[in-house]
Amino acid sequence: MSKEGLVRELQTKAKKLRRESLFVMKEMGSGWLGGSFSSADFITALFFYRMKHDPKNPQWSARDRLIISKGHACEVFYAALAEAGYVPKEELKTYSHLRSRLQTHVDCRTPGIDCSGGSLGLGLSFAVGAAIGAYILPSEKNLSASSRREQARFRVYCILGDGECNEGQVWEAAANASHYKLDNLTAIVDSNKFQSTGSVQVKMDMISLTEKFKAFGWEAKEIDGNNMKEVVDTLDWVLTVEDKPQAIIAHTIKGKGFPSLENTNCHFVKITEELLKKGLEALRG
Amino acid sequence: MKSRYAREKRDISENIYSAHNRALIHLAGKDNRIVSCYADFPSGEVGEVFPKQFPDRIIDVGIAEGHLITSAAGLSDAGFIPFTHCHTLFALGRGYNQIRHNVAYDNRNVKIVLCNSGVIWGGMGPSHLAIEDLAALRAIPNLVILSPSDPVSSEKATFAAADYIGPVILRLPFVGAVYPTLYTENLEFEIGKSICLHDGNDVAILATGILVSDALEVSEELEKEGIQARVLDIHTIKPLDEEVVLLAAKETGAIVTVEDANIIGGLGGAVAELISEKYPVPLKRVGVKDQFGESGTSEEIKKCYELTPPFIKQAVQEVMRLKRT
Repeated sequence: MSKEGLVRELQTKAKKLRRESLFVMKEMGSGWLGGSFSSADFITALFFYRMKHDPKNPQWSARDRLIISKGHACEVFYAALAEAGYVPKEELKTYSHLRSRLQTHVDCRTPGIDCSGGSLGLGLSFAVGAAIGAYILPSEKNLSASSRREQARFRVYCILGDGECNEGQVWEAAANASHYKLDNLTAIVDSNKFQSTGSVQVKMDMISLTEKFKAFGWEAKEIDGNNMKEVVDTLDWVLTVEDKPQAIIAHTIKGKGFPSLENTNCHFVKITEELLKKGLEALRG
Repeated sequence: MKSRYAREKRDISENIYSAHNRALIHLAGKDNRIVSCYADFPSGEVGEVFPKQFPDRIIDVGIAEGHLITSAAGLSDAGFIPFTHCHTLFALGRGYNQIRHNVAYDNRNVKIVLCNSGVIWGGMGPSHLAIEDLAALRAIPNLVILSPSDPVSSEKATFAAADYIGPVILRLPFVGAVYPTLYTENLEFEIGKSICLHDGNDVAILATGILVSDALEVSEELEKEGIQARVLDIHTIKPLDEEVVLLAAKETGAIVTVEDANIIGGLGGAVAELISEKYPVPLKRVGVKDQFGESGTSEEIKKCYELTPPFIKQAVQEVMRLKRT
């Protein structure tokens, strides 16, 4: 398929996942609309283009990992899991219900999810551990000798929020990742400019996340995270980087795809019938 | 009944941390999934063998204990069995959320080795002395908490932790000190099964960690006075060996608990919760009485915090006076 064709296909899928995530949110009556919609494009590109994974075998040891460190962006990810076949589509209707696998933050009880989210600032550390593990050969060689720096068995992608980068452990993980030269690790910061109760700049201005990651020894790039072509190109670029982890600072729009909510702090939104209707109209296939 | 593994002569032969490291090296030589992780913490004299023999499988993350715990969960996701090592207080204080969320909740096969636990090691002062580890960790679901009392049980606890599929806390004392060896080499260590080191029906002393040795000393002294004290090594704080604790309550009618952690929520707390609901008998708790630690020599601290054999003996005498006749 041509790149243009691929981009068009992923755009259509991202729109579909946004639409379906609205129904997921409706199950709780509220949802993490802003962060789900801002991250929908690169979640789609990762899951349906870049990552090596097998929904029929969620525990495949060489699968690429996707760690949703901003664990509240779960509804669009649940829609993606159902689309890929990790969970039945019917199960999306159990979101937030008692005993459901689909908890209100990503949960590792759900097939396709490796690390539970909700407690911010932890996911990148988990991703670093997994990425180190991808470089250790689980073979008999290990019983007596070194085998480091052979091919990594898999890649690890980690999605963080820009507000989440306030958390100190993100930077412990960032330092450790470059120390271990984890070129199989990509962090994607969903820079939608809002955190739970307001603008990231007003709450705690982190100044430049790009410069910070660079200072921590990463390759870092800023992109328009809602531009599918740029997302795809950047996810191709990460494979070319050697000896350094890669940070993609994805400038996104909170609530992207829901015009009346875009660029507002639509972090956690009550999903009324009217809002659902409005959203579905805006996201018509 | 007294364990056949109780050593007749309790000599001081090996450091508890060295015994753990020796076990870890042994495990790593057999199982390529064993990984040893540190947060700028010494691997000990024996532990230095590990990086030489298994250079791939030693990871030091620097002074970043929270990251240490979460990244170990990531290593577990990649198929490995990580053992993390750092000061007890920092694993707990900097890693509580990580232990709870990334390890216990996500049911990761991670083994968290709490080093320099308890109040007795005074070398680094109150900033480094955890008194609340047992209380805090007991309240987290899905954690096995092991607290071995000597080098032999430390080695066996390490093997048991590796065999167990799931999160384990392994609580070890000051890594630089040597404590008496209580067990013979053929000890069979089973998670959740306490060990009777001295038999008796007059009173039961339930101890954990390095103070088991002191409890044993007290029981021998009491024996000379005609009092038969049952000494149980509660090497597993969670799951507690309820059956044996309740049997001790029934058969002796008086219990003393002994630990180097806060009596609130620690072993004393656990035993109090159990017997008060299922078989109430008089109880005295020897341990840290809700105070912070402080600098000093181990001998000074033990005395100051009322953890020495005379204080254990006093607790026994007091609890026996409270026994129902």
